Amino acid sequence: MRTPLLTMLLLLVLCFGLVAWMDPRHQARVEANVPAGQGTLAGLLGETRQTVADYFYTQADVYFHSGYYPSIFDEARKQEEQDSDVSHPEEGKSGKEEKGFMGPPLDWIDRFSRHFLPSRHTHLSGSAVGEMLPWLKLSADLDPHRIQTYIVTAYWLRQGLGKSAEAEDFVRDGLRANPHSPDLLFILGQIYLEDRKDYPRAKNIFLAAKKEWHKRDDPKPAVSKNGEETKDYLLLERILSGLVKEEEAVGNLQQALRYLEELKPDAGDPAAVQKRIDELKQKIQKKT
Amino acid sequence: MNKIFAVSAVVIKEIYRRKDFYVLFFLTGLITFVMWLMNFFHDDQIIRFIKEICLFLILISALIISVTTAARQIPAERESRTIFPLLAKPIARWQVMVGKFAGCWFATGFALVVFYLFFGLVSASRDHTLPVAAYFQALWLLWQMLGIVIAMTLLGSVVLSAPSANMTIIFIVTIGILYIGGFLHKVAMGMSEPSASIVTAIYYIIPHLELYNMSELIVHDWPIVPWLDVLIATIYGFAYMTFFLTGACLAFRHKPLN
Repeated sequence: MRTPLLTMLLLLVLCFGLVAWMDPRHQARVEANVPAGQGTLAGLLGETRQTVADYFYTQADVYFHSGYYPSIFDEARKQEEQDSDVSHPEEGKSGKEEKGFMGPPLDWIDRFSRHFLPSRHTHLSGSAVGEMLPWLKLSADLDPHRIQTYIVTAYWLRQGLGKSAEAEDFVRDGLRANPHSPDLLFILGQIYLEDRKDYPRAKNIFLAAKKEWHKRDDPKPAVSKNGEETKDYLLLERILSGLVKEEEAVGNLQQALRYLEELKPDAGDPAAVQKRIDELKQKIQKKT
Repeated sequence: MNKIFAVSAVVIKEIYRRKDFYVLFFLTGLITFVMWLMNFFHDDQIIRFIKEICLFLILISALIISVTTAARQIPAERESRTIFPLLAKPIARWQVMVGKFAGCWFATGFALVVFYLFFGLVSASRDHTLPVAAYFQALWLLWQMLGIVIAMTLLGSVVLSAPSANMTIIFIVTIGILYIGGFLHKVAMGMSEPSASIVTAIYYIIPHLELYNMSELIVHDWPIVPWLDVLIATIYGFAYMTFFLTGACLAFRHKPLN
């Protein structure tokens, strides 16, 4: 009786020792093969991870609508995914009800089943917006190169929940996976400018964003073969506006004026920029 | 009636002696607990994500318990030849079948109560509210759905040759109805004839199990369903349970047992 027990104990110790020896080596091998920003879940899902990431992103939109969302069998699904209210937070913030996608019921079963499903178009508001963040986080874990996920999550963390520190951490995670993204640098600059009031750091980050924008968008043709604009002038406008705000905050009005003049040719509304230039010029004159 | 209850009591005893329920409950609890421990942006108010996963696990566990239990009832009795001493007693075959159904259904109902108590605890731990009426409706409707599934499985167990084939078919049919059953009419509208008419006919014939899944309403804190609708859904469920159970009794009446 003692010999089998001792043999079992010996085997147990042997197994434990082998695992303890092998595990760190296995981990090191896995980490060496997995690119930065891709966790265990991404490793498990392999090539399907982008599809799953898209699904999780859509899930965030489903949560934003409290489950009132077209199914894959509804024609409205594609439109809703394209519109993605969660990506256009300003529209969602109003909290007003929008027209539904359901239309008149097809039959009595369809009519009756609507009593057991969310059947009103609403948007999350207040601290409830936090409910969609797990899906966005999981989506970013699976597809760390989808910039939109970081932008949307950072927006809701800052504007919806007032969690600026968490937003910064998340954007920095995004920057680790996408170090040259002007969009992420711009969001980070905004956090330093608006939340931290750390103007020198905000300026450096905005300048880095501007440099990366030129690196990315300057080689692109002005219009594509389809006649669509290829350069993201809206982002450049926002970066330069950030720089203008920062220079105004530190009282460097001459530099702010230079950024406004740089902004004017590519601005969506050049007249508004010109108005700001005139106002700034008046301010400078008054100062001198 | 006493004979039916006697058979069902044996089924209930058999179910709680087996380990299926305990294992599934442990797994549901473990996965939900791991999800509960996950920290997203230091926000300890997040609960809908956990509720969705927990309700999904409850649905899957309840389906596994009900289908695997019901599918084995008659074949196991035949295999171990205990069906002969059972039928040698003054009991009709239909009473055995109804007793088996009642046993499986009540045992599944008890398992659901345990699962929903756990769900209520998880939900209240973060939500700090306990919408008892909504949870009762969800539990009640899910129980009705499982009644239909159990009746279908019992019918399959006397019609199909092996329990494994029966279980596979019932799982595919149930999950299929749950996820696409409600959209068949919409799908049919985009089809050409005669496929459109066939799909539309299937849409009207199948039991609409998706009516009994209130997960979306519970997860997103929607108001409760009007009680009259719950009553109508219950009557609709009873109609299908009776239909499948009658079919099972008829098939069992003419079934050779050796």
